[in-house]
Amino acid sequence: MATLTPTERKSPEPARAAPTRTGVRRALSSPLSTVAVLLVTVVWTVPSLGLLITSLRPQQDVAQTGWWDFFAHPHLTLANYHDVLFNGGFGVSDGLMPYLVNSIAITVPATIFPIVLASMAAYVLAWIPFKGSDTIFFVFFALQVVPLQMALVPLLQLFSGGAHIGGLTIFPAVGMGGSYAPVWIAHTMFAMPLAVFLLHNFIAQLPRDLIEAARVDGASHFRVFRSVVLPLATPALASFAIFQFLWVWNDLLVGLTFTGGAPESAPMPSRLAQLSGSFGDHWEILTAGAFVSVVIPLIVFFSLQRYFVRGLLAGSVKG
Amino acid sequence: MADANNGRIEIESVTKRFLTPGGEVFTAISDVSFTVEPGQFCAVVGPTGCGKSTTLGMVSGLDRPSEGTVKVGGKVVDGITDGVSFMFQADALLPWKTVLANVALGPVFKGAGKAEAQARARDWLRRVGLAGFEDRYPHQLSGGMRKRVAMAAALINEPKILMMDEPFGALDVQTKAIMSNELLGLWEQSRPAVLFITHDLDEAVALADRVVVMTSSPGTVKAVYDIDLPRPRGSVQEIRFEPRFLELQHQIWDTLREEVERAYARTAGGPVTEGKAA
Amino acid sequence: MWGDTSIKLGNMFGAVAGFLGVLLLLFYLAGFARGRLSRRLAILLLLGPAVLLLLVGIVVPAVRTIYLSLFNEDSTKFLGGGNYTWAFGNSDIHQVLLNTLLWIVIAPILTTALGLVLALLVDRLRGQAVYKSLIFMPMAISFVGASIIWKFVYAYRDPSQPQIGLLSQICMWLGWHNPPNWILSHPLNNFLLMIIMIWVQTGFAMVVLSAAIKAIPEDVTEAAVLDGAQGWRLFANVTIPMIRSTIIVVLTTVMITTLKLFDIIRTMTGGNFGTQVLANEMYSQAFTEFNNGRAGALAVLLFLAVVPLVAYNVAMLRREREVR
Repeated sequence: MATLTPTERKSPEPARAAPTRTGVRRALSSPLSTVAVLLVTVVWTVPSLGLLITSLRPQQDVAQTGWWDFFAHPHLTLANYHDVLFNGGFGVSDGLMPYLVNSIAITVPATIFPIVLASMAAYVLAWIPFKGSDTIFFVFFALQVVPLQMALVPLLQLFSGGAHIGGLTIFPAVGMGGSYAPVWIAHTMFAMPLAVFLLHNFIAQLPRDLIEAARVDGASHFRVFRSVVLPLATPALASFAIFQFLWVWNDLLVGLTFTGGAPESAPMPSRLAQLSGSFGDHWEILTAGAFVSVVIPLIVFFSLQRYFVRGLLAGSVKG
Repeated sequence: MADANNGRIEIESVTKRFLTPGGEVFTAISDVSFTVEPGQFCAVVGPTGCGKSTTLGMVSGLDRPSEGTVKVGGKVVDGITDGVSFMFQADALLPWKTVLANVALGPVFKGAGKAEAQARARDWLRRVGLAGFEDRYPHQLSGGMRKRVAMAAALINEPKILMMDEPFGALDVQTKAIMSNELLGLWEQSRPAVLFITHDLDEAVALADRVVVMTSSPGTVKAVYDIDLPRPRGSVQEIRFEPRFLELQHQIWDTLREEVERAYARTAGGPVTEGKAA
Repeated sequence: MWGDTSIKLGNMFGAVAGFLGVLLLLFYLAGFARGRLSRRLAILLLLGPAVLLLLVGIVVPAVRTIYLSLFNEDSTKFLGGGNYTWAFGNSDIHQVLLNTLLWIVIAPILTTALGLVLALLVDRLRGQAVYKSLIFMPMAISFVGASIIWKFVYAYRDPSQPQIGLLSQICMWLGWHNPPNWILSHPLNNFLLMIIMIWVQTGFAMVVLSAAIKAIPEDVTEAAVLDGAQGWRLFANVTIPMIRSTIIVVLTTVMITTLKLFDIIRTMTGGNFGTQVLANEMYSQAFTEFNNGRAGALAVLLFLAVVPLVAYNVAMLRREREVR
């Protein structure tokens, strides 16, 4: 959404408004508005609190009483986390642990690949003009419109069967069974239009002098890209990295489709969605599982809030 | 490689057109020809928007002429020209690298080893009077000091051609004079050909052997003057009071004034509007 | 199991190292090229991979989806517009389209309205950063995680037993001793699912709108105040018109997210109990019914619905940037 530019470092939450600000604010500054905000905040927080508390209560407590009963009878245990990660107790001997590992193994490359490839493309489109480069940029830009769903089935067919013209294989089958490759590639492909667009906007506005001085010093385009452009573009890369990391980590559709939900390669959300359907009564397990999956995004959120907001605003139309 | 030490620049009837974002063809420079001899200090003066920087871009190989040829050392420019260094109005220094690493960047880009590049960078920093500042970062230096770093970075590759695009344009008058003197001192030592762009006529006459006056929109060469002030010239502040300097300065200014007024009228939307209609 | 984990993480590091290694090697070798060749190589090697991924990953598959949508389930028989007439003629799909329409109208409007009210109120409170963080936090959570959180809120127990779902318990505290099984109650369940969407997206609306309100030039509001505008009138005549384009951007952005909504439905109901929406129906057609024709037709409908929204959104953003 909001575009990332090198000069525009406007944080979405700038310093407090001047004290003499608008009459609107004065008119609305009643105890009533404080109560209203407080109420919304409570409603927004309590469901998550319920999840956290439930995940920490012993199994029989969870089954017999609501989580608010915890305040009257506080018993805490980490047993649910141990169960959900290692024992599972529902057909999968290893619990959620393999899926957690899968999530990590999917998310890291699926964040690095598109950022590197998109920044390369953005550099060419911004700094090496050639016939048709504007058209290519426009195509990248326009393809942001295409929803994932449009590409899902044919891409899956391509990955599992390859592409052939007559007897000639023009694209080999990637092989679906338990490999991360299809998910990595799919996430990289789907990230490309937005990533190129955002990074291009940033890289195109880098100071011309720095790039041209390096060029006449004899640095090749590759060298300029690596030694000058990438370091200068770090703020934009960081914002997009956070956005892409969270997008992949939280994604269900791509992970489910391109792993088929197999424990060898499926990420957390696909397993949780499945558990939510079939083990709806084991709330202590389900809540612990859900908390495991949200804890990493929450750490990112609270530690990198400023970058997080910027990345999120920049990427919010993706999909 | 026989031409490696020959920095003769020949610009022959060069025209450069751009496509504006609106889809119109914009002619930046039209039929420009002039020559810079090896070791010659050539200044290009002209009003804003006369395509001075476009000309530099084509000599360095960053840009390609639409018509005509640019030759360096007798060879048509194709890709980045060897043995060229650039100095811009903004100091092209990387903010995350130390002064030493910034100056060493040129040799590193050329493929020198790190130790050798740093040794040469140290030597050049000493020559521009910045010994002891090697480990500072650009933002810790004053404007004049950053300019010296940029000068060391431009000269360290021992270029046969040095291109300067209004290098002292952002400096105050005193610093500018000091830097001009230092530039002349350093230039005398290695004598690369210099293509120096400025809109300050006094600066051009004080520094250069040859002054090319350009007109604007599209940029063409109006006149070329050879400056016969003796070298070494000494202080640029003092040379301004010599009769021969004033004579040359007046002569060129008469040519230039008309151009400047025309360009000003056009940008200010004044009474002279034939440029707009064209 | 730890062996398994180390193999998986080894694969990950191997893939990243291999990827970067190959790129660096290519860059190194291509760096030797000179003149025109160097420029062409740079364009080819730096831009090529992205263009290839785009073609193979999006352009070709999207065209193929359109093609598949004209065929039967295993793409052996040409149906023409058959799958589209099915989509508009089938009563189950009518329900899907109706639900989708309800979603894209109600959820974005409520999200934006609530976000706007919060943006106006929260900035003047002490500790606003804490409120903002807490309201914005759900945005970091996956839709799957959010769904599990709310599924627990909506959990049903026979009224004779102690309740575990917060919503039922609150109803009982308030004196309604026979709350329904929320998720099964059609059409109420649709609105209960929308609350999850609103819960996730309101923080986004609030942060963006709050930034827009702060960006209103002070002289504009001051002039209006001097002219006698106060309170509600100032709000309606100055604040809202000044941030109109931002409001529309937020509205359309949430709308696009809502149109592609899949995770919440999949996790909460699997599309049962009259809660199915377009994106999840498309997934079911493709991967449970294995009907690539119908799935393709639904994907195309989704695409056609998204295009005008994105186009409008982009036009709005561009105009805003030009004004700035």
